[in-house]
Amino acid sequence: MKKKLLSVLLAGVMALSLAACGAGGSSEGAASSDALPTAPTEDGSLQGTLKVGLIGPLTGGAALYGNAVDNGAKIAIEEINAEGGAFQMDYKAQDDEHDAEKSVNAYNQLKDWGVQVIVGTVTTTPCIAVSAEANTDRIFMLTPSASAQDVTANKDQTYQLCFSDPNQGSASAQYISENGLATKVAIIYKNDDAYSTGIYQTFKAKADELGLEIVSETTFMDGSDNDFTVQLTDAKDKGADLVFLPMYYTPASLILSQADSMGYAPTFFGVDGMDGILGIEGFDTSLAEGVILLTPFAADATDDLTVNFVTKFQEAYGETPIQFAADGYDCPKVIYVALQKYASENGGLNVDELSASDLCRILISVLSDSSFAVDGVTGQSMQWSANGEVNKAPKGMVIKDGVYVGL
Amino acid sequence: MLNYLISGISLGSVYAIIALGYTMVYGIAKMLNFAHGDVIMVGGYAAFCASTYLGWPIPLCILFSMMICTILGIVIEKLAYKPLRNATSLAVLITAIGVSYFLQNIALLIWTSNPKAFPNMANFIPAISLGDTTISSTTIITIIASVIIMIGLTLFTGKTKMGKAMRAVSEDKGAAQLMGINVNATISITFAIGSGLAAIAGVLLCSAYPTLMPTTGSMPGIKAFTAAVLGGIGSIPGAMLGGILLGILEKFAQAYISTQLSDAIVFAALIVVLLVKPTGLLGKKITEKV
Repeated sequence: MKKKLLSVLLAGVMALSLAACGAGGSSEGAASSDALPTAPTEDGSLQGTLKVGLIGPLTGGAALYGNAVDNGAKIAIEEINAEGGAFQMDYKAQDDEHDAEKSVNAYNQLKDWGVQVIVGTVTTTPCIAVSAEANTDRIFMLTPSASAQDVTANKDQTYQLCFSDPNQGSASAQYISENGLATKVAIIYKNDDAYSTGIYQTFKAKADELGLEIVSETTFMDGSDNDFTVQLTDAKDKGADLVFLPMYYTPASLILSQADSMGYAPTFFGVDGMDGILGIEGFDTSLAEGVILLTPFAADATDDLTVNFVTKFQEAYGETPIQFAADGYDCPKVIYVALQKYASENGGLNVDELSASDLCRILISVLSDSSFAVDGVTGQSMQWSANGEVNKAPKGMVIKDGVYVGL
Repeated sequence: MLNYLISGISLGSVYAIIALGYTMVYGIAKMLNFAHGDVIMVGGYAAFCASTYLGWPIPLCILFSMMICTILGIVIEKLAYKPLRNATSLAVLITAIGVSYFLQNIALLIWTSNPKAFPNMANFIPAISLGDTTISSTTIITIIASVIIMIGLTLFTGKTKMGKAMRAVSEDKGAAQLMGINVNATISITFAIGSGLAAIAGVLLCSAYPTLMPTTGSMPGIKAFTAAVLGGIGSIPGAMLGGILLGILEKFAQAYISTQLSDAIVFAALIVVLLVKPTGLLGKKITEKV
């Protein structure tokens, strides 16, 4: 016991001294000691115990998302520990109730625990706050689901596993155009919401580039978000055969029911905010029949990775995983694969000998490397740009008989 | 054109039915009950629970919802407003806003923020089709209900003994008390009626726009308040007129000018009306006594 305590203390002292070195090195820029830290092992393998911390809303209004990520991450870590041998992940989840201030507190608690890599945070606003802190402290972050550009902007150590908001817009336009889903497109978006307008702008830019004809653009906002007759009539009168809905599922459910009562049946096309529409209590799922949404994860996909994950998830929690659970599952896997790659190229890696800032530099160098690609349940050969945004092919899903079916 | 007019009237009739509750309480108790929108939300949830969880028939659900809201209205009045009977109107206004947030957060605790899809409870008569547009059953029922409530309230305050007592209280509380009117009981009954109406408004609002959340009542409540001011707050036919006008104006502004500017246009119209006629379209002229 005493020995353990001493070793923890020593590790702490070492981490502190190394952290100081790391911070000094990065501020001096590229010119000085830029050699990446190494910690070779005898047999050239990945060893040690990595402390991985998750921050997300485990209680409160957004608890659905935080718990999904947590559950997914636990499954991934079990798998990694089962096959890791000398390498293990020590995992700890902290609740932030989707509140920026509480999220920073949770971050500080994880730091006290000695966290080396952070998975999170789950939601956008807390993530912007925490990633700024972690950037100063040089702790690597991989967020499963915080999608705003502000999350990664000017923070070299924050990476996203999910699409950034603008990417969703251009990916949607691309998908519609490539698959010939429509000739005339209408857009309804929420103009007092950064998520919705962000997607709208990139969608429009991409659609113009691809020659996709946008015939109707209408908006709504808080307070006028229950009646969409004007917007739908406009789309209908101008002959739109596809309506793009970059919004969350609550207003989308009203749009679907009002279009139905108007007898207007175009293809409705949504983004990841639409995920959850089938979960509205009492919602008539037949209204959502034929709705297409672009999301990186389809629970009914038949590839081995997805089948394995979905089966394990259902066994453990008795429900079908949503996209956030898949995001949570992929994050520890990406970190594991990245560390393995580094270990194999540098004569092994013992993570016990490395501080959070060392790992931060290693992970940045591996993830931003264009030869690094990971297959996950949320996308084949995911790659990252140096600014932390992910590049992967989205999957189109269509709602059929009340369930999501991959296109 | 006809299509937009109909959707305007349909939205406006929902505003009107909420505005009737606002104007009723303001007309008698001279206070702005900003919690009215949230009582509507509670009414919606009560009806939703009765129908979805308990499987009751629709008329029973509506009655249950009215009962819950009436009791809630009386309790709110007793606990939050009655102790402030002699306080400044600003204190009462702030309390009302507090009650509004309280109700929203309680609803958040009980029913969580996940939206619920409300079953349509107002579609028991056939829809009318005019050419290629149809007036939905819910719209017709909402309009009929608001007209009935408007006439009923006008008759009630004009003809019945209780109604006369209410008007007396609204005119001068002190003098009414001297005439042997129980001022506290009268105000409580006003709240009871206002909240009962809120339950009906809740059911109709959620039938027309079937997403039920803890914040469902707040924005329509504010729009309906605007409608009540437009029509002349305190005037019962004014609330009806204001509501319908506001709905039509909003839809026409969206359709012919811009969906982005519709709210700005609606509120600009309100300002113009108030500049020309400060008491609203059907408001009583107030003569200042010197």
